[in-house]
Amino acid sequence: MSDERFPEHLAIDKRFPGSVLDWHAQHGDRTLIVDGERILDIARLLKTELGYHFLVDLAAVDYLPRKPRFEVVYQFMNLDTKARLRVKVQSDELHPEVPSLTPLWPIANWLEREVWDLMGVTFRDHPNLKRILLYEEFEGHPLRKDYPRTGRQPLIGPKD
Amino acid sequence: MLTTNGQSPDPGAALQGQVFTTRFDKLLGWARKYSLFQYPFVTACCGMEFMSTACSHYDIDRFGAAFPRFSPRQSDVLWVVGTVSQKLAPLLKTVYDQMADPKYVIAFGACASCGGPYDDYSTLQGIDLIIPVDIYIAGCPPRPEAVLDGLLKLQTLIQDSKQEWGS
Ligand code: SF4
Repeated sequence: MSDERFPEHLAIDKRFPGSVLDWHAQHGDRTLIVDGERILDIARLLKTELGYHFLVDLAAVDYLPRKPRFEVVYQFMNLDTKARLRVKVQSDELHPEVPSLTPLWPIANWLEREVWDLMGVTFRDHPNLKRILLYEEFEGHPLRKDYPRTGRQPLIGPKD
Repeated sequence: MLTTNGQSPDPGAALQGQVFTTRFDKLLGWARKYSLFQYPFVTACCGMEFMSTACSHYDIDRFGAAFPRFSPRQSDVLWVVGTVSQKLAPLLKTVYDQMADPKYVIAFGACASCGGPYDDYSTLQGIDLIIPVDIYIAGCPPRPEAVLDGLLKLQTLIQDSKQEWGS
């Protein structure tokens, strides 16, 4: 692990002091762990001033039984320099909540719905936060580690 | 009827080689087995195999099963090709219910037959949990030869089953 701070790290730290909680950079794999409440501001800074126009992906990971349990992972890319930056938010809440990135990227709409559907992370101010892959009647969030893999909730047909 | 010279003709001789007799239900079965209108309910990778079977190299036309109809009321064999999720299951059931009798169902590949590799929270573990199936085609995916074999088996089944008509 390198202790070298990289330029994006310094820029974020300067604008929002204390918002970067941890970081590592190894073999070009640059990751920041930030305060979830600041993610919208940080993403806006990345997009408008640091050239990360592209939200490549947005996902969540369940690290049960680790504490903090959940991580929301954002992958950003600068299309001019081809630089990539991974930003993570950690949470130990049963239903983590972070601000939605839909004001910055329309694609965040679907990605956040998918994360809500499968992992149960709430995105504040999302315009349409409802299930996208599963059906409305489904209970729970099946990609969580404590959801049984074969926990079927059939709409029709025999229950098993 | 009399011939011009006033003698009655020998019906056997006059019709020699021009007619043959059969039973009506056999004729109907023969007609039905060679005029299949298929509804391809294609969801996943098996769909590629269905397409290659339908294309010129394997040419499903030769078996009298040429026209895909994406209109359930005008089709009589439902091909369920690929993975069916719990979310999709009600739609599959609706399509089946809307088809007119007589109707047949082919479960194409492991996913449609038994859920295939997906023993999980979201996949229907075989379409026979919601609709009746006439032919199962094994494989993940099945080769076109297996698909044609399944089609021939369905045609034998149609020919040999009791033919119902009218109401
Ligand atoms: S049976 Fe295999 S090839 Fe066919 S849809 Fe399922 S996974 Fe794909």
